[in-house]
Amino acid sequence: MIAEKIQIVAYLFASILFIYSLGGLSSQESAKRGVMYGIVGMLIAVLATVLGPNMKGGYIYIISAIAVASLIGAVLARKVEMTSMPQLVAILHSFVGLAAVLVGIGSYLDQTAIDPSDPEAAVKHVIHLVEVYLGVFIGAITFTGSIIAWGKLEGKIGSKPLLYSGRHIVNIVLVIICVVMGVLFTLQHETEGILYLAIMTAIACFIGVMLVMAIGGADMPVVVSMLNSYSGWAASAAGFMLGNDLLIVTGALVGSSGAILSIIMCKAMNRSFFSVIFGGFGAAPTGVAKEIEGEVTALNHEEVASLLKEAKTVVIVPGYGMAVAKAQYPIHNMVQVLRAAGKKVRFAIHPVAGRLPGHMNVLLAEANVPYGIVLEMDEINDDMPNTDVVMVIGANDVVNPGAQDDPSSPIYGMPVIEAWKSERVIVMKRSMSAGYAGVENPLFYKQNTDMLYGDAKDSVDKILNFLKV
Amino acid sequence: MKVGIPSEISPNELRVAATPKTVKRLLKQGFDVYIQRNAGSKANFSDKEFEEAGAKLVNTAAEIYGQSDIVLKVKEPTEEEVGMMREGLVMLSYLWPAQNQALIQKLADKKVNAIAMDAIPRISRAQKMDVLSSMANIAGYRAVIEASYFFGRFLNGQITAAGKVEPAKVLVIGAGVAGLAAIGAANSLGAIVRAFDTRKEVAEQIESMGAEFLTVEIEEDGATASGYSKEMSKEFIEAEMKLFLEQAIDVDIIITTAQIPGRTAPQLILGYHVAAMKPGSVIVDLAASTGGNCVLTKNNEVYTTDNGVTIVGKLNQLPTQASQLYGNNLCHLLDDMGKAEKFKIDMEDAVISRAMVTHNGKVNWPPAPLPVSAVKTQAATQVPLVDPKVTAAKKAKQESVSMLLRLVAIGGFLGLIGQFAPSDFVQHFTVFVLSVFVGWQIIWNVSHSLHTPLMAVTNAISGIIVVGGLIQVGSLENPLENLPITILATIAILVASINIVGGFVVTHRMLNMFKK
Repeated sequence: MIAEKIQIVAYLFASILFIYSLGGLSSQESAKRGVMYGIVGMLIAVLATVLGPNMKGGYIYIISAIAVASLIGAVLARKVEMTSMPQLVAILHSFVGLAAVLVGIGSYLDQTAIDPSDPEAAVKHVIHLVEVYLGVFIGAITFTGSIIAWGKLEGKIGSKPLLYSGRHIVNIVLVIICVVMGVLFTLQHETEGILYLAIMTAIACFIGVMLVMAIGGADMPVVVSMLNSYSGWAASAAGFMLGNDLLIVTGALVGSSGAILSIIMCKAMNRSFFSVIFGGFGAAPTGVAKEIEGEVTALNHEEVASLLKEAKTVVIVPGYGMAVAKAQYPIHNMVQVLRAAGKKVRFAIHPVAGRLPGHMNVLLAEANVPYGIVLEMDEINDDMPNTDVVMVIGANDVVNPGAQDDPSSPIYGMPVIEAWKSERVIVMKRSMSAGYAGVENPLFYKQNTDMLYGDAKDSVDKILNFLKV
Repeated sequence: MKVGIPSEISPNELRVAATPKTVKRLLKQGFDVYIQRNAGSKANFSDKEFEEAGAKLVNTAAEIYGQSDIVLKVKEPTEEEVGMMREGLVMLSYLWPAQNQALIQKLADKKVNAIAMDAIPRISRAQKMDVLSSMANIAGYRAVIEASYFFGRFLNGQITAAGKVEPAKVLVIGAGVAGLAAIGAANSLGAIVRAFDTRKEVAEQIESMGAEFLTVEIEEDGATASGYSKEMSKEFIEAEMKLFLEQAIDVDIIITTAQIPGRTAPQLILGYHVAAMKPGSVIVDLAASTGGNCVLTKNNEVYTTDNGVTIVGKLNQLPTQASQLYGNNLCHLLDDMGKAEKFKIDMEDAVISRAMVTHNGKVNWPPAPLPVSAVKTQAATQVPLVDPKVTAAKKAKQESVSMLLRLVAIGGFLGLIGQFAPSDFVQHFTVFVLSVFVGWQIIWNVSHSLHTPLMAVTNAISGIIVVGGLIQVGSLENPLENLPITILATIAILVASINIVGGFVVTHRMLNMFKK
């Protein structure tokens, strides 16, 4: 057993480690150290709690739960394909949400914390109830929202936003009901308010579902980071109800981190944060859509290979299609062949390519693509006119010229990779269907654009064969 | 439709407006191609090659001008040539309309529809037909080769058994297409390259080509809406001259490319600059034909000054390469005009309407200006009349007012909490707010490519909620008596721990994959 003072400083130490952990991610070199800090911090936090002065027993439950969970977690994280990383992150968020709900309800049921002799007992009780209520509310939204996000990313639920007229009103009414129930809840004695808490939990779960259902697939990076933020706030709320500073600090760190990521993502898509969060795809298009001129021309693998052979500078723009097809390995092989032939090959990454912030970087890193040749949109856009061939692999909306020249386009104003400014563009795609945002792409109709239909991995493999001949 | 290519008359013009390769492209576009005998000889293309490519050979220029629908030429036509042209002929060539007003009038009188290739607006869409760029590219490259020829040393540094060789230092003045091409060529030959330009916006381009950007310490940007530089103030020029003197003492080769359209070239390298240079140094003046950037330059001449500096005012045009690029530019333009089948002079088109200097007997020059540096001009037009200092002051004032309001609101809110909330809540609240600020500060530093690992780490860390479950289970005297709490808390521990372990393992996996 350790004294309470020791426990407090242990918590403080853990908090510092967590801050270092996040700070470590500012560069690739220190990132691994950052993770170590996080792990050590977590160990200290758990040990300080378990060995703390208030522990009276229940070790058997704790140990068995942690043991089982560690096993599940490790297996899950090891087995998962890098391409399904977004799904994993989403489902893990739902766990935090669930834990927050359970801790909140547990905390409510546990009435021993109240000290009747305290003169401020009444106020404290009300505040405690509000904390519980809020914590459970946020937790429940995170829980179901993350499950829906997982379903959408996994393809189990359609990615089209589910929109119905008056959904804002329904949501507002639901929130008002929750507030009213909250007032009633705080007026109840002991655990008699459990019914209100349960109903509110159900409503919050429903709100979580509807919130994410209303968001289109293309906005998934924002949703995932937003849920990340929510899971942090849920942890913070749990800290308030249990009077635990460590939980408050850590939750706040995670919460603000997720919020910043969401803002960065929104900026990259030129979308206001609120229009994404409250669903729907921006405002209705203004004016008549610009007519797309030109026709679509397609090439075969051999022709693409010979184009690449002639090119001096090649830029590859990967998108979600690359992730789906797991094409990053053959792409890396192709890049190696091209670079060995003395060509300048680089990758152009749009900030919202993929379904998770930085998704493409992780996949390319997985395939050992050196990160020196992986550039951000802003770094490479100016070079596009000097590029011989741009290969767009499974990306669509991020190379849509309509974002620059068609004010009626729903993605008008979003910064995009200016692939069309290069000498030749090859778009590798499964079919002519619209991208995740459901917007037609005039790029495909440009004179210097040719399509190469088929699965990205398959196509790259074939091109690679022709390149080696 | 018939496309005709006459021989170039001027003895100094080595180029030809078509090559066997572009002939093939023209045929593909649906044109019939006629070429005068020996048109390509000075650019090293034989009649046989043209014939094999599918062109028909014609003996005289008169046949070309009399029978073609479209004539492709390099140099502006002489009076004699204009005399041979038939009415309604479309002619593509260099024309320099600003300098050749009389010629333009003659073409208009003849009802020739003349396109001045040098008047193609320099916008992104028209880049593929921009002959100035493609020719400047050649000139920039050739300038370095020429300089290297007259320069008595290696350009790259070497350490050999016979001793150490210092790399040559090259100064490029003016970073347009020619300047950038020169930087690239000099850099790839191993020289140390520096470049100067009055336009600040090209600093990045210069650095991207591998040169060091030189600048003077005076805040003045030479960029104009047309993409060319403007003339600068007296102070600026003084500072510039000082910089050039410092450089002239240090560098071995100076390549000047500064030209302002329609005017004589600015004089940048003066007598005392040349005098300061080391014997054996070379100056290549690409502006020689418009007066020269160096006062001592003699057009179409190469000579050595008394102090041993070679000044090159004449440049080989690389006619084979230049013809190929020029021909490609012409093909692109014809492509844009609808090829043979749908050939059309579209005066609504931004490119055609500006390059078409004569149309249906009328002179169409000078055209409406078309800005190139789009972003810059927008910014300029949006705030034309307001003094920037006033707006800045206003903005600062607005900001300070809104900041004050915000602070008052925050203060009021905190006051309320202090008034009504119990002390330990206030304490927790303090911790909470400070943590949010800390988090806010750290996360902005996270690099973009690490956003996914960041999310995985924060996800793992948010598993800290396990502590809540631990406290709840641990605080029970008898877990079995409070079964609901025990069950809830145990499940909470379970899911939160999955999250912790899963999150950290996945982050670790991800980071292992990042390598340099």
